[in-house]
Amino acid sequence: MKKLLKEFFKGIGSENPTFRLVLGLCPTLAVSTSVVNGLGMGVAATFVLIGSNVIISLVRKSIPDQIRIPCFIVIIATFVTIVELMMKAYAPELSKSLGIFVPLIVVNCIVLGRAEAFACKEGVFSSLLDALGMGIGFTLALLLISAIREIFGNGTLFGLLIVKSYEPVLYLVLAPGALLVIGLLIGGINFLARKRSTT
Amino acid sequence: MDLSMFLSVIIGAIFINNFILSKFLGLCSFIGISKETKPALYMGVSVTFVTTCASIITWAIYNFILVPCHIEYLRTISFILVIASFVQLVEMVIKKFSQALYRTLGIYLPLITVNCAVLGVAVLNSEMFFKPGLNTLTSFTLSALQGFCVGLGYILVMLFMSGIRERLELCDVPKSFKDAPISFIIASLMSMAFMGFSGFRF
Repeated sequence: MKKLLKEFFKGIGSENPTFRLVLGLCPTLAVSTSVVNGLGMGVAATFVLIGSNVIISLVRKSIPDQIRIPCFIVIIATFVTIVELMMKAYAPELSKSLGIFVPLIVVNCIVLGRAEAFACKEGVFSSLLDALGMGIGFTLALLLISAIREIFGNGTLFGLLIVKSYEPVLYLVLAPGALLVIGLLIGGINFLARKRSTT
Repeated sequence: MDLSMFLSVIIGAIFINNFILSKFLGLCSFIGISKETKPALYMGVSVTFVTTCASIITWAIYNFILVPCHIEYLRTISFILVIASFVQLVEMVIKKFSQALYRTLGIYLPLITVNCAVLGVAVLNSEMFFKPGLNTLTSFTLSALQGFCVGLGYILVMLFMSGIRERLELCDVPKSFKDAPISFIIASLMSMAFMGFSGFRF
């Protein structure tokens, strides 16, 4: 039980895909212009992670080692297509604002990374928890970045005006702002981690 | 087919909508392999080759297989499979014919399969140019051209970044900001500079 809990929480904290492993950056930076987009991307990626991790862990013994990467990609792409079609049907607005980044979940390093590093070696239940933890960790990171960018860059949160009489820093919503925010956040988290390890 | 359309695709893919700095595609390799100029250049050349060929192949797959069979929704799966097998094929061909080239480029090729820039350019082409309004030749040329120019833009930014990072080795960067964080901040400044191109119109 303790081991399973550890699998779940490592994705949120010590092995957070965005801040500690620095994986899956392309969608993180591109869609974090508003909290709604960030949340949508996080949920979509979590769904793909859970689906692919569970299926890969189920069939892991029958996949030959040499062609495992193409097999993983087909499984992942199937789930991405499911998400793509579902999003087009039930959340057309979100699908439009995420644009090409929905099909690009296929090449998100987090999904293939977890398949390769975890799901093809471990049992179904721990793969499920690993995927859930990684997905939540990714979603939280997206929420943090997009909240910073939306509050300071637009003065809003979830589209609601929260800071009055304030000239928004447009820079943060545009492309360079994303790179600056993630650079400062990773640097800050490194700083905290170093401080903790020395004391 | 007029010239301004070609020009806007060329300038757009290299400068205005540079894949790394304004679309954030291919960031992992951008941060990972830009420590020295030489590997950065090799990676850029391999990416350019693969994006160009992938644009051509996915154009053919989309127009000659997916559209006639009305299975356009299989776009993502078919594109990524074709790209992955194409990269594998290139790797095998290089390994067979030139050991020297394989030793310099070999390690980058597997990375290209999961480089978002390659699938990104294929999906972007399919959304921009694979439309009934354009005739076949135009949509083919524009797709191939965009694939090539995206690669050129990638090489350009990789070279800038690796040049800066080589000099950065000599600087006294705070320990927590070494490597990835400082690279992001530099990339942010470069991206701001590239935004100067966004007023270009043709």
